[in-house]
Formats: sequence, C-alpha cells, structure tokens
Amino acid sequence: MADWVEACAVNDVEEEDVIRFDHGGRTFAIYRSPDDEFFATDGYCTHEKAHLADGLVMDDIIECPKHNGRFNYKTGAAKGAPVCVNLATYPVKVEAGKVMIQV
Amino acid sequence: MTTAAKTKRDYSLVGESTRRAIETGLASAEWYHTDVPRKAMKELMQRSDGPAIRDTIVWLAAILGSAAGIVWFWGSWWVVPFLFVYGVLYGSSSDSRWHECGHGTAFRTRWMNDVVYHIASFMLMRNPVQWRWSHARHHTDTIIVGRDAEIAVMRPPDLLKAALAFTGILDFRYSLPTLVRQASGTLSEEEKSYIPEMEQRKAVIVARWHMAVYVATIAFAIALGSWIPLVLVGLPRLYGTWHMVTTGLLQHIGLADNVVDHRLNTRTVYMNPISRFIYWNMNYHVEHHMFPMVPYHALPRLHELIKHDLPEPNPSMWHAYREVWPVLLRQLKYEDFYLKRELPPTARPYRGEFHEVDISAAAE
Repeated sequence: MADWVEACAVNDVEEEDVIRFDHGGRTFAIYRSPDDEFFATDGYCTHEKAHLADGLVMDDIIECPKHNGRFNYKTGAAKGAPVCVNLATYPVKVEAGKVMIQV
Repeated sequence: MTTAAKTKRDYSLVGESTRRAIETGLASAEWYHTDVPRKAMKELMQRSDGPAIRDTIVWLAAILGSAAGIVWFWGSWWVVPFLFVYGVLYGSSSDSRWHECGHGTAFRTRWMNDVVYHIASFMLMRNPVQWRWSHARHHTDTIIVGRDAEIAVMRPPDLLKAALAFTGILDFRYSLPTLVRQASGTLSEEEKSYIPEMEQRKAVIVARWHMAVYVATIAFAIALGSWIPLVLVGLPRLYGTWHMVTTGLLQHIGLADNVVDHRLNTRTVYMNPISRFIYWNMNYHVEHHMFPMVPYHALPRLHELIKHDLPEPNPSMWHAYREVWPVLLRQLKYEDFYLKRELPPTARPYRGEFHEVDISAAAE
C-alpha cells in the first residue's frame, strides 16, 4: 500500500513552477500549474539524469534543463525528442496547506 | 614539461576512449554550474515568440532578397555581393537557427522551432533526426573524448583539415555521402550509438526527403541548362560556410578535454553585432553550455549575471585566434597540451581533482 507523504507547503511552490522533493532515497518534482493545481512526477528526466526541478514550467509542460526534453507533467507523457520514455506521475492532494503525494 | 601524449586519443564513439569515459564516470557526469537564484534563472529561461519571429522575418527576407539579386545579376560581376550575402545566410546562419530551434528555445511555440529546425537542417545538409541526438550527446558529454560526436578539432590538430573547413569542402564531402548512405537505409554503428532505436527509421526517411530535393534541384538545373538552381540550393554549403566555421571553431578549440566544467572547455568571445545576428548570440558559449535552457536573446543578460564566475571573454575573434594558435602548434607535438583560461578572483576555482585532465599540461 502506497503511503501519503508531506512534500511541501502550498506556498513553497510558485504558480507555474516546480520544486524538488527528496524522500526515501528517491527524488520527485512537485508542480503548481497556472490554474493552481498540484502535480507530482519522478524528479529525474527519463532521458538522462537531470533534475526536472531545475527546468522550466510552461502551461502543462515541464522542460528538462539539460537537453530541453519536454513532458506533460499532468500525464507524464513524453512530448518528443530527446525524450522518448514517459515520466512516472504520482497522486497528489492538498490538506491543511500541505501538498501530499502518494509514493 | 610532462605533457607528452601517453596514449593517442581515440575519437571513435564505440572504442577504447568510450569505454574509459563510461568506466571513469566522465560520461553523463554531473557538471559544474555557477549558482544562479531560481527566480533569476526562471526569468532568463522564459520563452517568447517575438524576438525569433522578428529575426526570422529579417533572415528570410534577406535570403529571398539576395537570391533574387543572384538571379537578376547572374552573368555579371554584380552578382558577387549577392552571392556573399546569400552564401553566409544559407551556409552559416542556418547553423545557429538549427542549433537554437533544435534546443527548442528560439520560439515559445514548438511548431515554429520545428519548422525552422527542419529548414535549417536541410540547408546544412544535416539529417535533423541524427543531429538532434548528436547534439544532445554534445551537451551531456561536452568534449569528452569517445563520447562527444561534435568535436570539431581533434588532437593532435590537423591544421590542414581545419583550414579546409573554412571552404566547406570537407563538410560537404562528409555530409552529402552521409545523407546518401542514410537514404539507402544504412546508419553507421556510431550513429546507432546515440540515436535511439525507435528514432532510427525516422532518420532514414528524412534523409530520403533531403535527397529527393537535391535530385529535383539537379534535374531542374539540367532542364534549365543553368547553374543557378545549384548555386541557390546545395552549393552555398560550400561557398557560404566560412562564417559558421570562423565563429564555431572558437567554441572549444585549444581548450581542455575530458573535464566536467564548461569554463575549462568552452569559450565566450565578444563579437560584432552582425556576427552575433548570424550566430544568434552563441558567442556566449560558456553560458549556453551551462544553461542550455536560456534562449539566445537572453544570453547577454545571463552573461552579465554570471561573468564574475567565468574566465574573461576574448574581446574579439581575432584575439581568440591569436591566443589559440600557439596552443594548436604545441599540440602537434604534445597532444595533452591545452589552454587553461584564467578565472577572475571572484570565481569559484577550478577543481582539477574532479577531472581526468592533467592540469599541469595547461598554458594560462
């Protein structure tokens, strides 16, 4: 059974931005969309080991800082070269001002 | 000096250097980055269609205008300045458009990047699928011997080859047969080493499209009984490539290899506004390699922000070539020799212990 863990406070992430969250030896990326929803994916790009939290959020896209590979962070879908493998996504809920993800 | 080459560098992407780079952790390594606050970096990374649309309109208008001049003045000496302009726009500025649109940073809108990327790839006789992947590798493993597919001048330097590069002959001789081979359905082992299997078929198909256009151009030239179609399509890769080589060679030539700090293997050079338009600000090359997400139009601002941590830029192309020339001559005998550019006192120091390179082999 996957656990819900507190990733950050709501205010830790700006709108249309992303932060890194490390837990249990793994790294995740926590996104806040322009319409104020939260999402979570694996923290590393599936192409090469680069932290997506250093990348750029544009609408529902996260662009990797290393090779500009793009994913839809809501679905995890890879959006073309140089990324070919989808990103794992995780359920997110907001409770009492905290962003919780199920890992 | 203890700089005599221990073993010859093996630039194959599937050879001994490749194996060593992977074993020693040089491949896909963590690279040095200057600290930039997230807020500032977010601002610098922001995409916009405006600057690239403006520049692309100017670019295409200049290409079409100079092409019209070539057709109009064909057969007289007045054609020469038009050939000069058209050649540089087609054979050189296409490289920076290919580069920026390949990164997806020139325009905010993805399809605009893709359209210009494919046009520029065709102009350069580059397979757009193959080169997208080779450039990704270049950013992962910049000037890592055995890994980087885009090392322009290998060691010891072949100066004749470097000189011929300005004419485009060698590139032409490589690019055209490569496209023919790929169009016939064959990718080399090296190409397969960096193009994922699911993309390899696309590389073959796009090579066939490029070849179809060249065949049509040749047929059109024969039908017209004129060289003009070939002067406009294909041959500018020869006579207009000199500016791309002049600016592009300076990116890494004479600097360190097998290091994981772009300040050691990449060069920033101040250039005149015309060259910067042709080159789309890639003269800020250390900045680009450290932060490839920053669009070309924001690189001057990035440079201002992080220059305290970078070597002093060369004040001109002339200065950079004068600086590197003796290093190249020295590398003819000692291929480990390289130029280590001095950091300002405000910079975080180089950490030689993290690199395979022999820091004592450096000229400063």
